[in-house]
Amino acid sequence: MHTDLKQNNFFSHIGKKILRSSEICGEIVVLVKRTFYWFFHAPLNRRNVFLQLLEMGARTFPVTSLTLFFTGMVLALQSGYSFIKVFNEPLYVGRLVGASICKELGPVLTSLVFAGRVGAAVAAELGTMKVTEQIDALYTLGTNPIKYLAVPRFLAAMLMLPLLVIYSDFIGILGGFLIAHLRFGIPPNVYFDEIYIMQIREVLHGLIKAVVFGLIIITISCYEGLTTEGGAEGVGQSTTSAVVVSMVLVLVGDYFLTALLVAFRIG
Amino acid sequence: MIQISDLFKCFGRKIVHQGISFEVDKGEVLTIIGGSGSGKSVLLKQIVGLIKPDQGKISIDQKDIVHLEEEELQEVQKMIGYVFQEAALFDSLTVAENVSFGLYNLLKFSEHEAKKIVQDKLSLVGLSGIENLKPAQLSGGMKKRVGIARAIALNPKILLYDEPTTGLDPVMSDVINDLILKLKKETQTTAIAVTHDMKSAYKISDRIAMLYEGKILEIGTPQQIQNSKNPILRQFISGSSFGPIPIPGHKNNEHRN
Repeated sequence: MHTDLKQNNFFSHIGKKILRSSEICGEIVVLVKRTFYWFFHAPLNRRNVFLQLLEMGARTFPVTSLTLFFTGMVLALQSGYSFIKVFNEPLYVGRLVGASICKELGPVLTSLVFAGRVGAAVAAELGTMKVTEQIDALYTLGTNPIKYLAVPRFLAAMLMLPLLVIYSDFIGILGGFLIAHLRFGIPPNVYFDEIYIMQIREVLHGLIKAVVFGLIIITISCYEGLTTEGGAEGVGQSTTSAVVVSMVLVLVGDYFLTALLVAFRIG
Repeated sequence: MIQISDLFKCFGRKIVHQGISFEVDKGEVLTIIGGSGSGKSVLLKQIVGLIKPDQGKISIDQKDIVHLEEEELQEVQKMIGYVFQEAALFDSLTVAENVSFGLYNLLKFSEHEAKKIVQDKLSLVGLSGIENLKPAQLSGGMKKRVGIARAIALNPKILLYDEPTTGLDPVMSDVINDLILKLKKETQTTAIAVTHDMKSAYKISDRIAMLYEGKILEIGTPQQIQNSKNPILRQFISGSSFGPIPIPGHKNNEHRN
């Protein structure tokens, strides 16, 4: 009898979790649908879009640059020594740094930094607005919060993340060059020739990932912010959840997206 | 002007309203009193269309607003000014931008017209000259008054005040009460205020309604409410911990008046 009750509780718990997860997925789809609806059916609030572009782009650039600069340096250092061990000289350092950064590390690392910085900021800002009734105030003043808050953030994230990735790729390749040249004596023309032979679709591979990751991060962050409940504690939970879920989805999504892009021969 | 009939609202298993009905006449100030968590703010949010009731009818100017689509609801919202409990000013905007927010979004005023209205409304609430300050630079009383200025910027026919004096010192509370009376006199707006501040309720109201266990327990003029024999109402307006109102975790309420 006791075991039956325990089993029932277990299944009821699992059932509730599954129902809640399906509900959340549905709510996220509705949020994305409504955001795209307002994007195409209402004039853009240019001031808000500009502020978001500034916040997400210009203010995230230094952190992503630093991250990719050192990643490029580490890649060059590791690959240089590995190739010396195998071939007795540091071959293909430029090729390896370029391809790794443009196709994989550039979009993924930039997205992770973006999720930590922008995702947290968006969830915290919208969450605070929710618990202090500012979202309700928007409704009473004739403004749809999705139109006013979500649309500029979606647009800015999906524009800015690919741009940040392009900048970061560039900085990462420079970081790699610094080590390749100073540590292994690879001449600039050799290093950059290996970069130049990269095909446009390899760069496109990284940029497509950036757009999708931007959409994932901003959707999760806006959703967490707009559904915040329970005062300061709730804002904290939403912020943490936005960052953790975004990062996990970026990493998991990266595999599937790579598989898909490779299947379509993009990169 | 406002008719509420047979309103029901639940959140999960918690029943908040179970058959609320009342009417508010044009130009009247009705105050709804009731304990914390009794559903006063939820009632206001249903009237402005922020929350949909599970059952019942809310009519404003003979128009049922419960089943309106977003665009139609927006037309009704133009008639309503909502003063939030914590003012709910937009942190990232200045006072002037806060007050003029609805003017641009709902009524499409030009910048010059909006600026003039902002100055007039801030002067009406006694806060001229603070247009360029941010909400973080204002005191609690100033925030409430800016919230009122924002609510009246559209010249609404109806004003909804959610606990207008909560968290303010007695003097500032009286300033807000005077402001509500001044607005009533000068603009003839119909108003519903929710509060548990009895001093404020007696001062600003034409009628007072007590919300208790999801229903309107009693409704009447401030005089009638003060003279009521209902023990629940008596305990509430006297602010005593002894009486029939159950207080979780408090053992001294077995004694009955």
